[in-house]
Amino acid sequence: MLSANKLRKTFNPGTINEKVALNGATLYLEDGEFCTVIGGNGAGKSTFLNAVAGVWPVDAGTISIDGVDVTGLPEHKRAKYLGRVFQDPMTGTAANMQIDENMALAARRGKFRGLSWGVTKDEREKYHEMLKELDLGLEDRLTAKVGLLSGGQRQALTLLMATIQKPKVLLLDEHTAALDPKTASKVLEITDMLIKEHGLTAMMVTHNMRDAITYGNRLIMMNEGKVILNISGEEKKNLTIEDLLHKFEEVSGTEFTNDTEILSK
Amino acid sequence: MNISSLLSALPGDVAQGIIWGIMALGVFITFRLLNFADLSVDGSFATGGAVTVILMLTGMNSGTALLIAFLAGVLAGFVTGILHTVFGIPDILAGILTQIALYSINLNIMGGKANTAISVDKYNLLVSLRYIPKAILVALVIAVALMAIMYWYFGTEMGSSIRATGANPAMSKAQGININAMKVIALALSNGIVALSGGLLAQYQGFADVNMGRGAIVIGLAALIIGDVICNALFSKISNFILTMSFVIVGGILYYIIIGIVLWLKMPTNNLKLFTAIIVAIFLAVPYIKNQMNSSFRKAAKRGGRG
Repeated sequence: MLSANKLRKTFNPGTINEKVALNGATLYLEDGEFCTVIGGNGAGKSTFLNAVAGVWPVDAGTISIDGVDVTGLPEHKRAKYLGRVFQDPMTGTAANMQIDENMALAARRGKFRGLSWGVTKDEREKYHEMLKELDLGLEDRLTAKVGLLSGGQRQALTLLMATIQKPKVLLLDEHTAALDPKTASKVLEITDMLIKEHGLTAMMVTHNMRDAITYGNRLIMMNEGKVILNISGEEKKNLTIEDLLHKFEEVSGTEFTNDTEILSK
Repeated sequence: MNISSLLSALPGDVAQGIIWGIMALGVFITFRLLNFADLSVDGSFATGGAVTVILMLTGMNSGTALLIAFLAGVLAGFVTGILHTVFGIPDILAGILTQIALYSINLNIMGGKANTAISVDKYNLLVSLRYIPKAILVALVIAVALMAIMYWYFGTEMGSSIRATGANPAMSKAQGININAMKVIALALSNGIVALSGGLLAQYQGFADVNMGRGAIVIGLAALIIGDVICNALFSKISNFILTMSFVIVGGILYYIIIGIVLWLKMPTNNLKLFTAIIVAIFLAVPYIKNQMNSSFRKAAKRGGRG
């Protein structure tokens, strides 16, 4: 369960670069809700996710995860509730560490890290099985450095790491944007599979309207730091790209003119 | 200038090389694992020497004195860590501040004297240039023990978190690692090891000197880089953590052998630091130049004409 209430964030306040990134963004997600997030560049999508993740403190508003108020918790303390996958495949994994070491780091999210072994033998067997499910041939490369993997493989691994301990909320920040179309759809399939398998609550930012409609059971559209559209249930199932474009113009009073969105129709 | 004088100096070079190699293992933690350019080591190396000699002069045995020297180094690294993480001072500057502060502190430790001697005749030193074979053996045992501890520690959950912090801070935070705490711990351990080797060198040479750490970072880097280059040349495919660390020690030994040769060639000792800088520059440049030569535009143009 995620509750983000009237979040506000202004970057560089009082300077010429002042930017109101979040202007009262509000979202409530029930357990198991998979929410896709769309909006033009600068609408506040990634900022919203970063606010939930605790990359910086919000200026106003409250965030609670699973009933716990996390507004005052720094990023590393909030991490125990969250699984995160980033846009850049390089961000989510440590390139010069092994696949099993990366997974073991994720498996200890939110736990005390003491002086017992960083990766145990039992874990290795477990990871082998988990990687096998991905069907990317990674299961036999447990001790390979992650830097040797392709972008798609790294994103798939990051996804696995994000869900290795069932997170209260999974945050996906345009995690397929840097991948070629074929790999992107494979990673999206894995995403959907993992979310369904674990019944996860998730937020997924995407620039691809079709993906936003196909996946998940809730869709929000953001504009100027606010959630301007929040659709779920049957209404979401029957949604078309034309509907979305129309709704955007209706709500925001401007035309939806982002190249990526138009091109990805 | 005959070859026998070079060979007779060799065991001493090896002993010093191992001691500096231990120092380089400390530098390895910050430079390689944490990705933090820590310059405090020039200060903490001398701190280790000063603390060891002063404590041994009061009658303390060398083992305990070295342990306390280690803890003094830990404290120095802790200060650099706090300057960096709590006060937001950039890594190089934080290290320089600690280093310069330690110069005064080291003078105070030695009661205002720049140099304090400890005689191998009166005190039971762990290593001494009077007994070089024993010194080599003891230094080697310490180096191997240290590598074993480091191998274990950096394989643990905490050690893995330190490596992750150095490899990818953003990812580490997302995985719930307190990266500031990890930086402080790694800096403390690194400087502890550096101070320990400073204590060993002070015993070996029979005195602690407030300037004994000057340029230590460059020697540490020299050992790291020479070791790296050799290790890559020999075991590029199968290199692992133990090999990498072993070659840090090998790098230290090779560095001192090179210095031994330079001295044997009757180069003026005033120029030693200059040679050190040149050696490090060469070892840094060679892999880069080699790489550049393989991907040169001029060659591409020539190939294009013939292709």
